[in-house]
Amino acid sequence: MKLTLPAPDRFSIAGKTAAPDERAEIVVIGAGPAGCAAAIEAAKAGAQVVLIDENPVAPGLIGMDVPLHYGGRATAAVQTPERLVERVLEANPALGEAFELGVDVRLSTYAWGAWVNGPGLRGLATGIVGLADETRSWTLGFGRLILATGARDLNLSFAGSDQPGVMGAQALHALIARYGAFAGRRLAILGTGALALDTAELALAHGLDVVALVEARETGVGDPARLAALAARGVEIIAGHVPLAAEGGPDGVTGLVLANVAAPERHRVLVCDTVCLAIGAVPVIELFDVLGAKRTLVTERGGHVPVVGADGATSLAEVFAAGDCTGLGSNAVEAGGAAARGALRSLGRPVDAELPRLVPPGPDALAYHLDWARALLSTGGPEVLACLCEEVTRGELLAVQPPRYLGWSSNAIARRDLGTLAEDGPLDQDQIKRLTRACMGACQARRCREQVALMMALGAGVPAQSIPLAGYRAPVRPLPLSVLADADEPAAMAENWNVWFGIVTQWISYDDIGTEREAEQLRAGMPY
Amino acid sequence: MAKTGSSVVVVGGGVTGLSAAWWLARSGVEVTVLEKGIVGFEASGRNGGGCTHYQSPLFHEEQRLWPLMDELLGYPTEHRPGRIVFQVDERKANFHEGLAMRIPAGYAWEVLDGKQVRELVPLAGDNAISGVRLHFGGHANPQRTSQAYAWAAQDHGAQIRQHVAVHGFEMAGGRVSAVETSQGRFGCDALVIAAGPQTGALAAMLGHHVPMAPARAEMIVTEPLPLMPMGGVDGHGLYGRQTLRGNLAYGGGPHEWYDDTPLDGPPPRPSGSVLRGLAKRVAELLPRAAHARVIRSWAGVIENTPDGRPVIERLSSPDNVTLATMSSVGFGLSPASGHAIRDLVVDGVCSFADLSKLSLARFAELSPDWRRELNWLPPQPAATTAGELH
Repeated sequence: MKLTLPAPDRFSIAGKTAAPDERAEIVVIGAGPAGCAAAIEAAKAGAQVVLIDENPVAPGLIGMDVPLHYGGRATAAVQTPERLVERVLEANPALGEAFELGVDVRLSTYAWGAWVNGPGLRGLATGIVGLADETRSWTLGFGRLILATGARDLNLSFAGSDQPGVMGAQALHALIARYGAFAGRRLAILGTGALALDTAELALAHGLDVVALVEARETGVGDPARLAALAARGVEIIAGHVPLAAEGGPDGVTGLVLANVAAPERHRVLVCDTVCLAIGAVPVIELFDVLGAKRTLVTERGGHVPVVGADGATSLAEVFAAGDCTGLGSNAVEAGGAAARGALRSLGRPVDAELPRLVPPGPDALAYHLDWARALLSTGGPEVLACLCEEVTRGELLAVQPPRYLGWSSNAIARRDLGTLAEDGPLDQDQIKRLTRACMGACQARRCREQVALMMALGAGVPAQSIPLAGYRAPVRPLPLSVLADADEPAAMAENWNVWFGIVTQWISYDDIGTEREAEQLRAGMPY
Repeated sequence: MAKTGSSVVVVGGGVTGLSAAWWLARSGVEVTVLEKGIVGFEASGRNGGGCTHYQSPLFHEEQRLWPLMDELLGYPTEHRPGRIVFQVDERKANFHEGLAMRIPAGYAWEVLDGKQVRELVPLAGDNAISGVRLHFGGHANPQRTSQAYAWAAQDHGAQIRQHVAVHGFEMAGGRVSAVETSQGRFGCDALVIAAGPQTGALAAMLGHHVPMAPARAEMIVTEPLPLMPMGGVDGHGLYGRQTLRGNLAYGGGPHEWYDDTPLDGPPPRPSGSVLRGLAKRVAELLPRAAHARVIRSWAGVIENTPDGRPVIERLSSPDNVTLATMSSVGFGLSPASGHAIRDLVVDGVCSFADLSKLSLARFAELSPDWRRELNWLPPQPAATTAGELH
């Protein structure tokens, strides 16, 4: 049989990768303590530095709980992010210093992706970061990238937690300290570890009422002296309890019903307008994962983190990291400086190799989160939402049910659950995500990724460490099509864009293969 | 114990292998699927979900089966019938003339003007110039369907073994008698290789050259939008659909050729190379969705043979081996490709279609340098100098 081959391929990515719209020697993402320290250190060494930070973020994203779990408790001040810039600068003097040193500081700018040349990306001449503001997206090429993306909120849900007033500790810190835009007055705080203590002390310092710290374990887990000091200021420490339900009205939370973990029928009610989840924070590793940097699970540092050397080097030669994104409780300022020196040294600049002092690891965060999840599941039951955006309940997750909107039921699917799935091989959160839609929503799973993994471990009776991380993919911030769209697409892309591979022989009808009709269609080219 | 004597071993837990296993199992055949990762986790579960392939000899069976699949499998596939393809570029206004040459007789379709497109596609805009509506074909959810095949096959007694990497084959009397894997030896009376991009490397272990090249393709997904009357809507250089949840999921544009794909590597990640090009075109195709936020992207690696056509063949030697690569167009055809593979394994011939033109023999005279000649090569970095940065 005669073989008919297509014309040489002009539809592949070869030759279509656009040069970045702008370039910098050092790009730092995240203007917290670690990122500012890195930018300052690099600028002092004479490097050309761009420092990117998404804050103040757009009101639309605050409403979607991106990047933090704001829980509808921001004041109207966040509706005008441009007016918040002054506050952001006041709250972070290091930004001013970076600016003075000639660092190109970009606020309200999202870093939604980052890539370096490697397998599957052979066309890239330089590493690039995808950036966006409210109206457009563009790319920034870098010599070295330093990620200092910090931490975000860990959310564990309970009945009523999808209403205004239930929020995360990182978001509360941001609204109070960074924006001065917190709308609540009276808080119940979940957790008694260092994060909960910090949160309570911050709230009190800003004149807010803290009703109680609630702890799932039998005793408080944080520094006893600090707990005692809070108790002395009238903050009740309620151990052995978890939220059963948040009560609410038109403005959201009005109270929190607690259940006694040992005797779940015993309840008590706290009057509050805000429930702040301060059980844990999660290192923000989205861009590392998009880049394909090697990562590992370090439960004493908050969870999944990139593999990072003392000088901030990651598994990718062009990428360095510092601060909470590399694991909670790092010495952020020193680590930022060290990452800058590591990055500059790798570019051949003569800088010394002073390394940061190591901070001892914290307690096992995963075990603590799991205790909370277990207590919430045993008291709150299967009807509580595990994924707020997609409205997937814990019960539907554990039963691996298809989403409710399919209206599907069959005996066959009723026999399936997490346990039967585990018999086929180790559970994978990305698989559960596609089957149940948990973690598939518009908040990009910021409010459910961790709790879904915890529920999976509890439901299947497997160690929480055995659940692989559900992967992160670009864009790591939800960007409108019109913003993500490439307005200045390379001509080569526009002229040689094909719906699939553009292999014309692929689409010839089988019956026509080897006939005159085949030749006729080959002459006519692709139909669309 | 699974390590001895299933009568058929299927290597590859993508849609093609899983459908074959389901067809075999429901025919009463003992079957074991060996999958190096998780079922449907690569290109099978990450594609546009289209079920409309009139170029294929499997087309009639594809069209016959899809409306029945939910019921046959006992699990949801999210299949919905019908498709609309429309254009927003004046140069493509008459694209339907090319289709007329290709759509087989007996399948109803009609040409739409811009106004008719807007009536059927509420997210379309004033730039819609012409379209076609197919009263056949459709779309389904790739990951859900892949899992449905795996579960339905299990319900008929099949074994699905995940995280099992194949290392080689054991021969006895000129036939494959067992598959050697990371989890031990699996005896077999017959073997199916339907391993996507790895099919070539596996066939090479049996002395057969299956020319193929792997490449990555990407898609983007938006937040949910109100459901349109029909979800199977594409055009303007895009393929994809609105999911039943309301997300827009679209792909298209440049692929990246790979040198090879490892037999046991993790699935690829999106490269970002075409995300912005996709966003631009989705916003142009569906301007009333331009505000919708993109919340993730997908990538999958798929293989193509030099002419882009499948190989579906029961080998003459070893004569108990059936090979299948769908050459980058596998998902929609999977109900029918599984049926064809079942027929080849059990009866030696496909009962419902002639597949003779899809034999490996067509590549006998292929140039050894075919990938270079077809320009199916990984890209080289653009000639910008990384050195100018420092």
